[in-house]
Amino acid sequence: MRTPRLTLRSIKPTNQSRRACLKTPESADQVGPSILLLDPQRIRSCSGTTAKMPFTHNEFKLKYKAEEEFPDLSAHNNHMAKILTLDMYKNLRDKHTPSGVTLDDIIQTGIDNPGHPFIMTVGCVAGDEESYEVFKELLDPVISDRHGGYKATDKHKTDLNPANLKGGDDMDPNYVISSRVRTGRSIKGFCLPPHCSRGERRGIEKLSIEALGKLSGDLKGKYYDLKSMSDAEQQQLIDDHFLFDKPVSPLLLASGMGRDWPDARGIWHNDTKTFLVWVNEEDHLRVISMQKGGNMKEVFNRFCLGLQKIEEIFKEKGHPFMWTEHLGYVLTCPSNLGTGLRGGVHVKLPHMAKHPKLEEILGRLRLQKRGTGGVDTAAVGGVYDVSNLDRIGSSEVQQVQMVVDGVKLLIEMEKCLEKNQPIDSLIPAQK
Amino acid sequence: MGRMASSFVKVPCYSLSNLLRSSSIMPFGNSHNLRKLEFSIDDEYPDLSTHNNHMARLLTRELYGKLRERQTPNGVSLDDIIQTGVDNPGHPFIMTVGCVAGDEESYDVFKELLDPIISERHSGYKPTDIHRTDLNPNHLKGGDDLDPKYVLSSRVRTGRSIRGFCLPPHCSRGERRAIERLSVEALDALGGDLKGKYYPLKGMTEEEQQQLIDDHFLFDKPVSPLLLASGMARDWPDARGIWHNDTKTFLVWVNEEDHLRVISMQKGGNMREVFTRFCKGLQEIEVIFKEKGHPFMWNEHLGYVLTCPSNLGTGLRAGVHVMLPLLSKHEQFGPVLKRLRLQKRGTGGVDTAAVGGVFDISNADRLGYSEVKLAQMVVDGVKLLIEMEKQLEKGKSIDHLIPQQK
Repeated sequence: MRTPRLTLRSIKPTNQSRRACLKTPESADQVGPSILLLDPQRIRSCSGTTAKMPFTHNEFKLKYKAEEEFPDLSAHNNHMAKILTLDMYKNLRDKHTPSGVTLDDIIQTGIDNPGHPFIMTVGCVAGDEESYEVFKELLDPVISDRHGGYKATDKHKTDLNPANLKGGDDMDPNYVISSRVRTGRSIKGFCLPPHCSRGERRGIEKLSIEALGKLSGDLKGKYYDLKSMSDAEQQQLIDDHFLFDKPVSPLLLASGMGRDWPDARGIWHNDTKTFLVWVNEEDHLRVISMQKGGNMKEVFNRFCLGLQKIEEIFKEKGHPFMWTEHLGYVLTCPSNLGTGLRGGVHVKLPHMAKHPKLEEILGRLRLQKRGTGGVDTAAVGGVYDVSNLDRIGSSEVQQVQMVVDGVKLLIEMEKCLEKNQPIDSLIPAQK
Repeated sequence: MGRMASSFVKVPCYSLSNLLRSSSIMPFGNSHNLRKLEFSIDDEYPDLSTHNNHMARLLTRELYGKLRERQTPNGVSLDDIIQTGVDNPGHPFIMTVGCVAGDEESYDVFKELLDPIISERHSGYKPTDIHRTDLNPNHLKGGDDLDPKYVLSSRVRTGRSIRGFCLPPHCSRGERRAIERLSVEALDALGGDLKGKYYPLKGMTEEEQQQLIDDHFLFDKPVSPLLLASGMARDWPDARGIWHNDTKTFLVWVNEEDHLRVISMQKGGNMREVFTRFCKGLQEIEVIFKEKGHPFMWNEHLGYVLTCPSNLGTGLRAGVHVMLPLLSKHEQFGPVLKRLRLQKRGTGGVDTAAVGGVFDISNADRLGYSEVKLAQMVVDGVKLLIEMEKQLEKGKSIDHLIPQQK
């Protein structure tokens, strides 16, 4: 379905429709000269469809020339800043999605966070599903830049059939401390965290609790909402490394996702603590499957099973997950499109850690390393978090396969180095 | 409203009736806000049960339901105004305001919420009250002889908003840059001992930055979540800067929490001189802005209109850094300050602690008293405090000096 692209110039109301859209105040005393009352019912009926109205919040900025409004990105280093030109800004600034997301809503985080010379951040977020369509002129190149040249015409393959994963159940537990797979999901019909209202967020939470409440077997679990969590529950969740708190990263805060914290945020996990869902953090849902040791196959099995069960329930409720043929699963940050999947292990590689070719090898394996505290942390004691680099253009199975195969190879290399043997013959070709 | 400024992009000031009459302007609809109306009041009403700020105490569910359908001509909605109070539940001891204005019209469109907040914050100020502005320094009595052995420095600050632009929580980059341009033009027109220079935050040299830090003039991107949640820090440091005169006694911040913050300060206890320069500088600037078709936001009821409801009226904080090591330990210190309508802060400003018995003493009120009256309260009050300190130094009692409630 083609998303209507609304521009202020395409709307031509009549005098009649204009007056009809305003509610009549009960008395002149009640309404001052500068108050406008909105009557959603009348607005809908007079224009035929919802949201054909001009967008006042954005409209007043249009009184200024594009040059006046165009952000100063000269000191910036993020994908948005590299791609957003004045002309593009001119084309996009009078547009908005049906729910009212504008260009500035999308790029504000990238303006407020100039970036880092070494770490390339995305610099923009989606406010709703339609953002990726209405602002494709910006977002397609950003996606391409971020995801290794993924084209606007490319199709993304989703494969959540764990039977297609080869091996993965035998990574050496002397090296692999834990295995984990995470992804995100957005619920169709609601705006994304940077833009959603309290009512929407609460709607998402209600739906999610209902859906998760239907899970059974080893997936049976319980929801803990951040707002009314007891001290004991909070401590337990911290000890389990499950608890998330209000983000402190200015990248996230500037996008608007921290509003109304901790309203409608919470954590659900199964009784065996191997399947965990975050509600209303950076995405509507973050789904995590994890366990100690190196049995990635089991982790991935549970992951796929759990996800598909949840997906069915959401579909039945009339709110399937946001997904398109081109972008795969639609998430808040363009960096997480496609699978949104990060499958990884905590693995002990003290010798590899010191090897000059580690980065190159990881690159060839299409893997990335992080510290065990997660993104932007350092490795401690030679223990790395090693995970897939890609998100879009390859399926879930393919990405986890790369992790499984890649980690096996890294361990082999580590064992060689332990015996003081060279690893040159093991260095792989670029995947 | 304002005449068109010749060298700027046309910035008409809208009244709703103007807009309805103009055929090229379409009927209002802020889809940004409209969508929320599809949800029930209960779904959208914020959870303020653990909150302690003026907004949380006064925004009932019914009031929320009523006001959520409205917006100002610039598209400021109720949620824009209250978001900072929703995101910052507050402190059991310190009562924050919990809301900001997005534009001048906010105070009118959302008066059902803002009037009670203003009343609570400003000692019962009523919606029908008139605020008196008096920036004639000749009306100040004394103030040139606060004992410099006790008073280390004197300072007066206020804020000003420029009509025709949205306020910092809501303004666009184009508006902010226009405010900066206008301000630089206006300030460059100052002469005599007010002659000075503008330092934009963006592109400041290391040297300039260090000098401004040493002079205690530099402001940086706020870290307070109260301010950040209001949206005032967007696009930092674009169009923000500091202007000061060559003698470093008159300083203007551009586009920080308000369009302009104007500060007059100097070492020692000559508050009269500080206040005189303050009034003179302010009035000169005001004339220039008026000529350019962008007067300051002011009305008979609220006085000078600023971003935070706590700064309405005069927006004035006049104060001294004064050494009161003995008096500050006296049990009557707090009550005496209250009676004098003064407040104490640490020398780092709001929410800091006093160091070495040195306090920042300033007027507690902003609205309902003129600038002269407030400065007078500081001058008279500080003189009394110093007298008390001297008594305590001699081991004498201060009971006979304790004043009536002002």
